[in-house]
Amino acid sequence: MAEAHPVGFQWVMEAKRRGARVIHVDPRFTRTSAVADTYVPIRAGSDIAFLGGVINYILSNDLDFREYVLAYTNASTIVSEDFRDTEDLDGLFSGFDPEKRTYDPSSWHYDGHEGEGDRQDTHMQRETASALQHESHGPGVPSDPDRDETLQHPRCVYQILKRHYARYTPEVVERICGVPREKFADVARAWAENSGRERTTSLVYSVGWTQHSVGVQYIRAGAIIQLLLGNAGRPGGGVMALRGHASIQGSTDIPTLFNLLPGYLPMPHHEQHATYADWVDSISHPEQKGFWHDAGAFCASLLKAYWGEAATPDNDFCYGYLPRLTGDHGTYQQVFNMIDGKIKGYFLLGQNPAVGSAHGKAQRLGMANLDWLVVRDLFMIESATFWKNSPEVETGEIVPEECRTEVFFLPAASHVEKEGTFTQTQRLLQWREKALDPPGDARSELWFFYHLGRIIREKLAGSTLRRDRPILDLAWDYPTHGEHAEPSAETVLKEINGYEVGSGSPLSTFGELKDDGSTVGGCWIYTGVYADGVNQAARRAPREEQDVAAHQWGWAWPADRRILYNRASADPQGRPWSERKKYVWWDADSGEWVGHDVPDFEKTKPPSYRPEPGTPGVEGIAGDDAFIMQGDGKGWLFVPAGLIDGPLPTHYEPVESPVTNPLYKQQANPTRKVYERPDNPLNPSAPDPHAEVFPYVFAVSRLTEHHTAGGMSRTLGHLAELQPAMFVEVSPDLAAERGLTHLGWAHVVTARAAIEARVLVTDRLTPLRIDGRVLHQIWLPYHWGSEGLTTGDSANDLFGITLDPNVLIQESKVGTCDIRPGRRPTGKALLEYVEGYRRRAGITEERRAPIVTTDEG
Amino acid sequence: MGVRTWIEGWPVYRQLTGTDPLGRGAAAQSPRSKGLTARTETADSMARSVCPYCAVGCGQRVYVSDGQVTQIEGDPDSPISRGRLCPKGSASKSLVTSPLRQTKVRYRRPYSTEWEDLDLDTAMDMIADRVIAARAASWEDADDEGRPLNRTLGISSLGGATLDNEENYLIKKLFTAMGAIQIENQARI
Ligand code: SF4
Repeated sequence: MAEAHPVGFQWVMEAKRRGARVIHVDPRFTRTSAVADTYVPIRAGSDIAFLGGVINYILSNDLDFREYVLAYTNASTIVSEDFRDTEDLDGLFSGFDPEKRTYDPSSWHYDGHEGEGDRQDTHMQRETASALQHESHGPGVPSDPDRDETLQHPRCVYQILKRHYARYTPEVVERICGVPREKFADVARAWAENSGRERTTSLVYSVGWTQHSVGVQYIRAGAIIQLLLGNAGRPGGGVMALRGHASIQGSTDIPTLFNLLPGYLPMPHHEQHATYADWVDSISHPEQKGFWHDAGAFCASLLKAYWGEAATPDNDFCYGYLPRLTGDHGTYQQVFNMIDGKIKGYFLLGQNPAVGSAHGKAQRLGMANLDWLVVRDLFMIESATFWKNSPEVETGEIVPEECRTEVFFLPAASHVEKEGTFTQTQRLLQWREKALDPPGDARSELWFFYHLGRIIREKLAGSTLRRDRPILDLAWDYPTHGEHAEPSAETVLKEINGYEVGSGSPLSTFGELKDDGSTVGGCWIYTGVYADGVNQAARRAPREEQDVAAHQWGWAWPADRRILYNRASADPQGRPWSERKKYVWWDADSGEWVGHDVPDFEKTKPPSYRPEPGTPGVEGIAGDDAFIMQGDGKGWLFVPAGLIDGPLPTHYEPVESPVTNPLYKQQANPTRKVYERPDNPLNPSAPDPHAEVFPYVFAVSRLTEHHTAGGMSRTLGHLAELQPAMFVEVSPDLAAERGLTHLGWAHVVTARAAIEARVLVTDRLTPLRIDGRVLHQIWLPYHWGSEGLTTGDSANDLFGITLDPNVLIQESKVGTCDIRPGRRPTGKALLEYVEGYRRRAGITEERRAPIVTTDEG
Repeated sequence: MGVRTWIEGWPVYRQLTGTDPLGRGAAAQSPRSKGLTARTETADSMARSVCPYCAVGCGQRVYVSDGQVTQIEGDPDSPISRGRLCPKGSASKSLVTSPLRQTKVRYRRPYSTEWEDLDLDTAMDMIADRVIAARAASWEDADDEGRPLNRTLGISSLGGATLDNEENYLIKKLFTAMGAIQIENQARI
């Protein structure tokens, strides 16, 4: 955190000054470790074993916050008798289909409800990364499942959890993670001791956690601990995702993602969502309780925002205009489709996949096989110059005179040359004022897309083709201003917020959205950002003039809540758990929830409120159902629906690992998304033969002084001077083992690539004892490429492409490799060199890495 | 210059008699630095902005004089950052004023070895033509069973996460209306 989110880290230091203990778990000793009270080196890719160990410690010593757990989690809920655990099936859960490598999750459901919930097949869910929809709400489950409040029922979630993690002992943690058992026990004890009524512990992760083939389950494991210890929805607690880009949270909320529409509404799938009613019902689950019940209003208002007057109740608000998914259309599938010549044109908008995405060679070869490419950026980045300056030009795989791609480079406006909102890592929207006009031909994306749309509409005007109707009917009349006819960002923000069609007056909460076409709402979770016609994201009352939650600074979704599920900061009766941790509570005199934040609960619903059984919608939420966006009102220790790879996090090895999974014969995530192609070779992984050709584990991450693919940092003098060269960090022991010298050259090899770097020999990397033998990890920054003031080989070239099945994010935080002294070969010799490794590792065009490695299931 | 002014001009005199006994501030100040004013004080305008790098969202104050950004400082009012910026945030003035920044449209013809210049309006027109053509050539009306598809798989897009919400909103809206579904973002990566 001190490295990649330095200014955010001041609050950790502030907490430390007030007595908090800071524990840092990381494969590499960083600036965070330097000021932490405890630093724990860990093997990259083993986090679930570590976190599972903590869960086991809590449960086997009865250290959970029992009152919280009983009231606010699904610990007492009874699960189907058909459920079988990975502990029974050697690494698989019940319902596994070895053919499709997906689960039929009906046996994970709550008891007696096996046939309910999402009926769509999980293969389709994996292809469309449908779990992403749950960023704002849980999937459909029955609202009143059977419970055993004594937690003794053998099939209640609590007991299932206890059995599942029983083997995750300190000894097993030591064996898998390389963390000495005493050190592990110290961390587990500290975490539990610092949680409860009087104290809370915060879990902070950076989104490197998502870049694993089990990324979603990493985060689930952290969430289980926080729920067991009562650290969710309370001040000083939570699971804090440190996102890495200015508005990456915003890019998910108002997604430019293939499978989502704004506010986590699903892009329609051709089978599942053939009609408008199918689409709405698949979101709202008519029988379900909670706010999600009103999905019809969110859907209709979005379509009204898109197609304006043309969208009417009679034509299902132009639902028929929406394009349909048929499967995986994600960025990695696209890259392979480019290589196969299926894609004609590609827009890159402030993004540099030639350096920033996994498997750089595939990225660049894909771009070299397009009809046209539009790059919009501040600087000349590698993704714009791949045809003249790239590793493939060096090896002859791309020959400029033979490369057909037509490239348009359009300069972009910088963040100070346009106005608009960024959503930072805590869901807070902040408006940026424009300081000046962009130089020369530089323009904002708002300008580019508004005018591109305008020109296309002009060119298609008069077309009678059915396929052109959605473009011609589009509500696209944004006012413009200034010399360049810049569209008004504030008008767009008002559309995102939503307004009444008749009066044009902006809405204040998403509760005001209607399903009859009388409201427009471009992104329901952002409704309120323009409440009262005021740009709430532009509020900037000085911090000294505000209380702790700083509500007069920016605006957080939903409804300006700064801590989600803050109803849980009070006990079931609505009283603060303790004076120290008081945040939101029930005030019986005024008959409403009050406190330091906007209550994440209906303001006047008393804690004692109990609905009639089976009541759907908001009325179905009881006065102590703190997790209001979940179908059963509970925080989920066990996930009965909505995940592809299992209801509980389980330790699987990374896809490429030198370690045989000590827990199960199932080596790695059996449901992971794979692309089995000769141009995507994978290193053999233990226990397969030849795994030893790539004996080391490597991890990549960021430097303080650079930013992601380097387009905004390797181009700047100060930053390029502060970190002037690509390097690889190794321990003194590994340096001795491989003959590497400090500041000398080395090269790192995988089945995809060999890249070179300067060697940094430091004891910031600790050799670990894993399963009785020493394992070395090496570390690389991933910022470098062939353009800019400082150039170097790209670490992401080392990775192949394998994805987490829930969200289709690639495993690019851990892999296996070899490292050798000296520079890598160049030109054709480089290709032969990497081919030599593939040969020795037994990698052929026909080879398929084994995926299901157990006979159970 | 009178004798008094002359003596007061000695740093050591100021150090012994003034408020700066350690001689690190006012006492050691030269007439030149005394005559200086901060760029931030004389700026024509100041815009309140947000750092474009990581997601902490530190507040920035952007100072402009004569149509140029002259300084970017941390915003002391921000409850998130309290006026601080890290090395990247502090370098953001160079980001926006860098001589390496591209300000002209560049065009590379198929099979060419060099960039050429291109007028922005012409570029926009050419891109619009290409989008329309790619869409027409790869349009899919319906699946095998006649269920609607309404889409093209001929167009892709990948955006960075320094795009504004408003920009992402228009990007998704336009592409969706065009039937282009392969729209992705750093958020997937
Ligand atoms: S100044 Fe640094 S910590 Fe703050 S937002 Fe910018 S990059 Fe992040």
